[in-house]
Amino acid sequence: MALLQIAEPGQSSAPHQHKLAAGIDLGTTNSLVATVRSGEAQILMGSDDQPMVPSAVRFVSEDKTDVGQSALDAAVFDAENTILSVKRFMGRGFAEIANQAEQLPYQLVDQSGLLALQTRQGVKNPVEVSAEILKRLHAIASEHLAGELTGVVITVPAYFDDAQRQATKDAARLAGLNVLRLLNEPTAAALAYGLDSGQEGVVAVYDLGGGTFDISILRLQKGVFEVLATGGNSALGGDDFDQAIVGWLLEQTGETERSAQSLREYKLLARRLKEQLSQVAEADFVLPLGDDEFRGSLDRATFESLVQPLVRKTLLACKSAVRDAGLQLDQVLSVVMVGGSTRVPLVRQTVAELFGQEPLTSIDPDQVVALGAAIQANVLVGNKSEQDTLLLDVIPLSLGLETMGGLVEKIIPRNTVIPVAKAQEFTTFKDGQTAMAIHVLQGERELVADNRSLARFELHGIPPMPAGGAHIRVTFQVDADGLLHVTAQEKSSGVVASIEVKPSYGLTDEQIMSMITGSMQHAKADMQQRMLLEQQVEADRVLEAVRAALASDGHLLETEERKRIELQLTELQQQRQGDDPDAIKVAIERVNNSTDQFAALRMDQSIRNALKGHKVDEV
Amino acid sequence: MAITMTDAAADRVRHFLSNRGKGIGLRVGVKTTGCSGLAYVLEFVDELNPDDEVFDQQGIKLIVDGKSLVYIDGTQLDFTREGLNEGFKFNNPNVNGECGCGESFTV
Repeated sequence: MALLQIAEPGQSSAPHQHKLAAGIDLGTTNSLVATVRSGEAQILMGSDDQPMVPSAVRFVSEDKTDVGQSALDAAVFDAENTILSVKRFMGRGFAEIANQAEQLPYQLVDQSGLLALQTRQGVKNPVEVSAEILKRLHAIASEHLAGELTGVVITVPAYFDDAQRQATKDAARLAGLNVLRLLNEPTAAALAYGLDSGQEGVVAVYDLGGGTFDISILRLQKGVFEVLATGGNSALGGDDFDQAIVGWLLEQTGETERSAQSLREYKLLARRLKEQLSQVAEADFVLPLGDDEFRGSLDRATFESLVQPLVRKTLLACKSAVRDAGLQLDQVLSVVMVGGSTRVPLVRQTVAELFGQEPLTSIDPDQVVALGAAIQANVLVGNKSEQDTLLLDVIPLSLGLETMGGLVEKIIPRNTVIPVAKAQEFTTFKDGQTAMAIHVLQGERELVADNRSLARFELHGIPPMPAGGAHIRVTFQVDADGLLHVTAQEKSSGVVASIEVKPSYGLTDEQIMSMITGSMQHAKADMQQRMLLEQQVEADRVLEAVRAALASDGHLLETEERKRIELQLTELQQQRQGDDPDAIKVAIERVNNSTDQFAALRMDQSIRNALKGHKVDEV
Repeated sequence: MAITMTDAAADRVRHFLSNRGKGIGLRVGVKTTGCSGLAYVLEFVDELNPDDEVFDQQGIKLIVDGKSLVYIDGTQLDFTREGLNEGFKFNNPNVNGECGCGESFTV
């Protein structure tokens, strides 16, 4: 008979209706899948009894694909067809990666702007490669749970943008998985420690993996985690620790990098020494040196002096993330450690000193994210009634659209809790305008040129009306996964246009940080620029309106009067070319003043025209 | 009348109860549903119902409601592995027929 798990009180499912859920940590270096069974979150191991599946995909032949450890092992001799760290390419444009092409062993292909890789099985994009990893995890989960998965929760870095999140979802779909939700990695780690049911407050998640470092500052409020700030370094991790030891080994043996028989051997040894030194104070080693061999030992103090500068770098990122969250270090309630490199005692000790408290380390730092995702998946499929963990996240960068003059109107400010929908009304700029271009932007700066373009679309079929007559409602909707949907609707006619934003390229953590800090550094210049552009747009509008009026009703004016207005217009035209917003403003006011009389004359005339031929009692 | 457990089952139940951090015992029972009549229930228990009977087994409280007991009396609860899958199994002497997968049964 089928094997049963213990359910929460009253949550027993009917036969054949088990709600099987899994959490997936789709990592840069390693991936894991976990589930909750009989109330306990556990990692599901593959047939090799290893909890982690290396995120390596090898296209072995035209119809054979290999995933995991054996694929990783093949990377040495079949680099071109063995894709490692594909997560770094998710949702990224060809142009973004092209400059790294020389360091990558792959043949990069431009797939209509998106990055793809030429392999033995033809052109593969990062979504397809990720899907292979997910398929493997899917198979492991199905085998363990003896049934089809109802849904999964997949974790992504907190700084992943819309494109990267969408790419992750697409990969899951390709792997035949139903994504219940994408969950931020730091939030998942906090969940695994059960912090969601603990004291409200600020949680710092310190994630030092093999190749990347991320620090996230979360706030738990009413059972909801909000990402206050993220930071880190996408090129700092345990591999750099290994590299520091390799450098030291080369120094000891007197070899140069070039002459060392096998740098790979050195790297494996470095890794082993590092792992040993987490347990013992001194580790011995033997290295072949020419015909002889070199015997030595590395003690913890020396190791710590080697990696100290790297650890210090992470502290700087921690401090600036806390500052970005508008907090002080002592306001952090708990610190969660994630990633294998946090096993290094020096890392734990340094983090403890920085935050003035012992970080949480009781759950395996390699597994904590997947376990948290499993807990969330279990809640989302409805296996738990009492606890309605509703996880909210925030958008990392403001979303807005382009208005006249190349300015950005922010619709949803950054750090807004998602899901969210916000609408704003816009109008037409010219008489008889029947279409409007909507340019969706992401970023903190005032000018379109300084922000990131996400999408463009057009709303057609606006009925011809005088400038300013149309009411166009633009709605920005961000769903729980952080994906953006923009809709524009003209109210009188009901014409609608919309777009689901699948931006063609992504941003790195640093780029987001620099976009945010850039907005602060340039705040003053941006505001001045904004004022200038606003005045220029207003000047254009006034020039256009007065010229149109002169063309149609110029005969109402005395010659002198008309000359005076034209002179003012020329003056305004000249100021508009300049860069002094105040001067433009003054010129606009002059035109407005000198055309008061003209406006009155036109008004009289239109009333006379309207009344002509009508009897008094008809009016 | 009694419900029993194998040592393997008792170990796992003890582990899951302590991991959960609360609960007075394990409910075993049946409910009417499924493709051939009755289905097993296996749940944590936070509160006892008036018609519940409690069996103390290896220090664990097995809780069965009166109605279920007639269908599963004499059952031994086991914990086993099948390939990578693992879970609890009811060895119920009252069963006459099972559906193909054994998730529901008739007496």
